[in-house]
Amino acid sequence: MALLDISDLHLSMRSFEGETPILKGIDLTVERGQIWGVVGETGSGKSLTGLTISRLLPNTTARYTGGQVLFDGKDVLRAGERDMRALRGGRIGMIFQDPTTNLNPSFRIGTQMVDAALHAARDKPAILGLTGRESRRARRRAAWQASVALLESFGLHDAEDRMARFPHEFSGGMRQRVLIAMAMIGQPDLLIADEPTTALDVSVQSQILRLIHRLVEERNIGVMFITHNLGVVAQLCSHVAVMYRGRIVERGPVSKVLKAPEHIYTRALMDAIPTARAQMDTLRGIDWPLRDRIEAEIAATAKEVTA
Amino acid sequence: MLWYVIRRLLLIIPTLLGLSVIVFAIARLLPGDPVGLAAGPNATPEVIASVAAEFGLDKPIPVQYWNYLTGLLQGDWGVSLFSRRPVAADLAEFVPATLELVIAALLIAVIVGIPLGLLAAIWRDGIFDYLTRTVSLGAIAMPRFFLGLLLQLAFAMALNWLPLSGRFPLIEFPPERITGFYTVDAILIGDWHALGVALQHLALPALALSLSPLATILRMMRASTIEVLQQDYILTERALGIPSWIILFKYTLRNAVSATLTVIGLYVSWLLGGTVLVETIFDWPGIGLYSTQAILGQDFMPVIGVTLVIAMIYLVTSVIVDILQAVLNPKVRLQ
Repeated sequence: MALLDISDLHLSMRSFEGETPILKGIDLTVERGQIWGVVGETGSGKSLTGLTISRLLPNTTARYTGGQVLFDGKDVLRAGERDMRALRGGRIGMIFQDPTTNLNPSFRIGTQMVDAALHAARDKPAILGLTGRESRRARRRAAWQASVALLESFGLHDAEDRMARFPHEFSGGMRQRVLIAMAMIGQPDLLIADEPTTALDVSVQSQILRLIHRLVEERNIGVMFITHNLGVVAQLCSHVAVMYRGRIVERGPVSKVLKAPEHIYTRALMDAIPTARAQMDTLRGIDWPLRDRIEAEIAATAKEVTA
Repeated sequence: MLWYVIRRLLLIIPTLLGLSVIVFAIARLLPGDPVGLAAGPNATPEVIASVAAEFGLDKPIPVQYWNYLTGLLQGDWGVSLFSRRPVAADLAEFVPATLELVIAALLIAVIVGIPLGLLAAIWRDGIFDYLTRTVSLGAIAMPRFFLGLLLQLAFAMALNWLPLSGRFPLIEFPPERITGFYTVDAILIGDWHALGVALQHLALPALALSLSPLATILRMMRASTIEVLQQDYILTERALGIPSWIILFKYTLRNAVSATLTVIGLYVSWLLGGTVLVETIFDWPGIGLYSTQAILGQDFMPVIGVTLVIAMIYLVTSVIVDILQAVLNPKVRLQ
């Protein structure tokens, strides 16, 4: 059984102007040990797909109009809030784009991490080396020690001391390590990373990528890595899914898709990567004539499928 | 931290000095004849001159100011032209009364306003939110004296639950004076009967005074909670599976309160200046009533004294707010 199996996922968002279809039939399967890069332009639905897996979209605006999202065989679209909360942190970890805004500025790192660890340990006390019958204080101490150990293993020296510090006392790269540690303290099986390196400089970015790669090797987790950056995909991912306007237009192993892209949109996306020697007039975007051709090709494929 | 507090407290002194010059000048330069008023309508020029000499008002204004200032340093706040009582004695009696009222009103406003604002934000656009929004709009718009009258009609006249006015029954002795706050003094000497009586008298005026700050705090709290709930770190905390009550009452609350705190601090001065009407209606013997009478009688020593006391309370409050801000928000550095 696949770790994550999304099939024919449809999502609409409600607004004052009515309901707009956002995701129009997403199919994606993530196995343990795979790192799926999800690429596509802004607004293509990458992040909403990620948030859907943890069901973090507000019920008032998001409406799932079809399909299913099987995590470990269970459909999260039909799970209650209670079951979802048990999945979050404990089975599905998430990290987001901007490490400067994703840590609560008013609380010490340790406070936030211990709360995350304690929550995850409610369903899986073993991750803190507990049996589930310890006192509150013993659980807290175990959560604290596990947090320190994890931060140390993520390359934060003097973690014991740093746990007592506030987020603004850390650099961006360190904060992202802390956030990854918070996401991993519950030992989840799936990590959803929503552009975790976009806000970081290139050298810190490669450290974070190496960390994620190490996690996959050590813990055999599945990763869904959402990004704009095809270079990062080539470096880190084993598979790639290319999204365009709420659909996955091409998917497969990175080596195959990036070397020989089949879909016109994937080719356009790769052509848009600037080279070191590019001049202003050779920079290629996706302009309207090209967009019309992409639309035409997608419409043609859709007809083929129905025919 | 300690140094910062000491420095901020020391800075109060030059501020008060400057303020005393301005207030003294305004009070003395205003048209009017306080000496004539004090001496009485039929006073002969000799009597007027002797009254002026008695209060030192025959000297040039800078000399008068100097005398006032040196007196102030020895605890002498001047003498009322009418009652001939020292202003310091009056202030010692009336300031605690007003402060007790203001603090009680502020406590009600904070204790009720902050949780209600938080709930209104959580149930945004729900019935509770609409209800508190409408009621708080009315509470801000309604004049305090009118609200006071309504409260008197309902709880004192119709239901007869609470006394109509006053700070303590005339036929009883208030608790022995330690701080001048009847409630605090009653607790300190363990007189529970007096505490009950004092609280009964405090309830209605404090409620009338609290409603407007309560509504403002509620709305501020609602707005800042909504803003905090949209922050990235709240999404991260939810993605970690942290239970929503911990997210709300621990992680959201502290961030939202620190934004509301500034408004609460500003309200202290608003309340101090705004007690006049409430004190009048409830016959509450505080500085509002006292200063109104002094202003109308051109009795300027009490006016200067009250102004300086209010300024002092306000300055101390702003230091306290800054310290609390630093406690709540680790990014605030005190220096």
